Amino acid sequence: MQRFIVVRCFYAVLVLFAVSIIVFVLARASGNPIDTMLPLDATPEQQQVFMELWGLDKSYPEQYFDFLVNAFRGDFGNSVKWADRTAMGLVIERFPLTLKLGAVAIGISVLLAVPIGVLSAVKKDTIFDLNGKVFALLGQATPPFWLGIMLIWIFAVELDFFPTGGDEGISWIILPAITLGWFQVAALMRLVRSAMLEVLETEYVTLARVKGIREWKVVWKHCLRNASIPPLTLFGILAAQVMTGAIVTETVFSLPGTGNLAIEAIRGRDYPVIQAVVVLFAVIYIGMNLAVDILYAYLDPRIRYDRA
Amino acid sequence: MTARNESAMSEPQQDVPNPNLSRREMGVGDVILQVRGLRTWFYTRAGIVKAVDGIDFDLRQGETLGIVGESGCGKSMTARSLLRLVPRPAGRIVSGQILLEGEDLVTKSEEEMRQVRGKRISMILQDPQTSLNPLYTIGNQLREALGQAHRGNSKSMVRRAIDALRSVNVAAPERRLHDYPHQMSGGMKQRVVGAIAISCEPSVIIADEPTTALDVTIQLQYLRLLKEIQENTGLAIIFITHDFGVVARMCDRVAVMYAGRIVEQGPVRELFNNPSHPYTEALMASVPKLEERVEWLYSIEGQPPLLRDLPPGCRFAPRCPEAREQCLAEYPSSHRLSPEHTAHCWRLDTSWQ
Repeated sequence: MQRFIVVRCFYAVLVLFAVSIIVFVLARASGNPIDTMLPLDATPEQQQVFMELWGLDKSYPEQYFDFLVNAFRGDFGNSVKWADRTAMGLVIERFPLTLKLGAVAIGISVLLAVPIGVLSAVKKDTIFDLNGKVFALLGQATPPFWLGIMLIWIFAVELDFFPTGGDEGISWIILPAITLGWFQVAALMRLVRSAMLEVLETEYVTLARVKGIREWKVVWKHCLRNASIPPLTLFGILAAQVMTGAIVTETVFSLPGTGNLAIEAIRGRDYPVIQAVVVLFAVIYIGMNLAVDILYAYLDPRIRYDRA
Repeated sequence: MTARNESAMSEPQQDVPNPNLSRREMGVGDVILQVRGLRTWFYTRAGIVKAVDGIDFDLRQGETLGIVGESGCGKSMTARSLLRLVPRPAGRIVSGQILLEGEDLVTKSEEEMRQVRGKRISMILQDPQTSLNPLYTIGNQLREALGQAHRGNSKSMVRRAIDALRSVNVAAPERRLHDYPHQMSGGMKQRVVGAIAISCEPSVIIADEPTTALDVTIQLQYLRLLKEIQENTGLAIIFITHDFGVVARMCDRVAVMYAGRIVEQGPVRELFNNPSHPYTEALMASVPKLEERVEWLYSIEGQPPLLRDLPPGCRFAPRCPEAREQCLAEYPSSHRLSPEHTAHCWRLDTSWQ
């Protein structure tokens, strides 16, 4: 098991290196920064001074090495748009909100999707299963911007239960988290249901019943763990998505999260901030994948490397 | 709880078979399981599938009853019906009685049935590769089974689990407890499944083609093991197979199933020497003989009937070389050929000649 984790971590670091190369190359490929950062009538001498100041006169490998060392220290340079702020400082300031929102959203979707999915499979073709199907269909067919606006209209404007936006207090998180988690519930639930249906047909489940084990234990111990691999894969993708791409929800609820920051930075051609955001998102994706890989191995002994 | 189980539980755990439970003293011959008119039907969109359609048989303590027939003739559904594990909601036991030591299992509640499963009737499934949960250790799955009948601290449960593995000849059982199913061979897994089946000392074990998925070399070993366990514990075995060789080796009596019904049953020797249903004859003819060199292996013409669209008369009549009009019109009643040997065939009727 330890060996498995070490090997996976090594792969994660490799992927991170690949990401750093892509970020570096894309930034260089998007044009010469001198053209955007200096006035058009700058003299060649001024250009030379500027190049030396930013280290642009060095060879690409040297530049990449500098970038890597600085990135490792969390230094992506200063923001162009927000004067006197470091790019990483901006990202770190915005990230906790996105993280909180994402965690609550994914928490809501798992807490709803797993029980409903399991019960839909156990009670296949009953009223419960049918309602689950309708619920899933609604979930997948409702776009988050529309759902967000509807929730604001009903619960914030008409009923005045929650604030319409912002991040004051605690109650602000509920509407955006539901908006963000709604789609995930449907997708996860259907996957849990189909995986459970497959497992319920297996011989080892029959054997568990032959042994005279209580039905709830058959379902929750013998079936769910076996049925958890496909939903876990989706969970990893969804969780990373929710923590990086909550742009629509953040916009609808006017929340100052990283999604909004990314949009603003792109609009303002704020390369240092864009780079910092992209690297952070990459780290989140790689981290979620690593976590999912380790969870696989924890759930299924056949995936672990060690063999007695 | 039966008297036998109580005495078995109060005995100290030991490696050697308990002499008190030997076959002779158990009194072979007491009927412990009676099945009467059992019907298990499946209600599907295409119609009612009569997987088991009115079967009767008795099972005595310490004996092995073979159930043979082609795939899809209702053997496995008979087995599942006895444990009331028919796939829901399509499948249902529509009528009949399953009397285990006099108690009707058909009318029991689900919770009462749970007390029967594992403890009084157990089952060995066909494929050892898939009948153990891949995510839990052997020890975990064995202790789970033991926990149905035994209370005790974890230490005593581990000891019982080790004993159970030893009783099916698993080497180094202490170490094996921590193994996962994928770390074991097929034969070893099937031994573990056997250990689970006998862990609560049931009076009946249903073995549903337990050796079909095993290597030929391992098959014989496993059959010997089952015989050995039976001799030590006096349990009754229902042995489901399509292999007449296995029937001859394992069984005391045999029931031949065709399209959801038992067409002939009797002691193995009588049935082999004097097969009285054309289907039994055909089945035996299709077993290749070692000492004969033949160009073509015998096979029965045609296909078994669809269980959702059964002919009104004898179900074998459309494939039977001797069928007459009578056979197609009406199902033959049971004819007794000897005290133990019965068959359902118009040929045996006085009106045939």
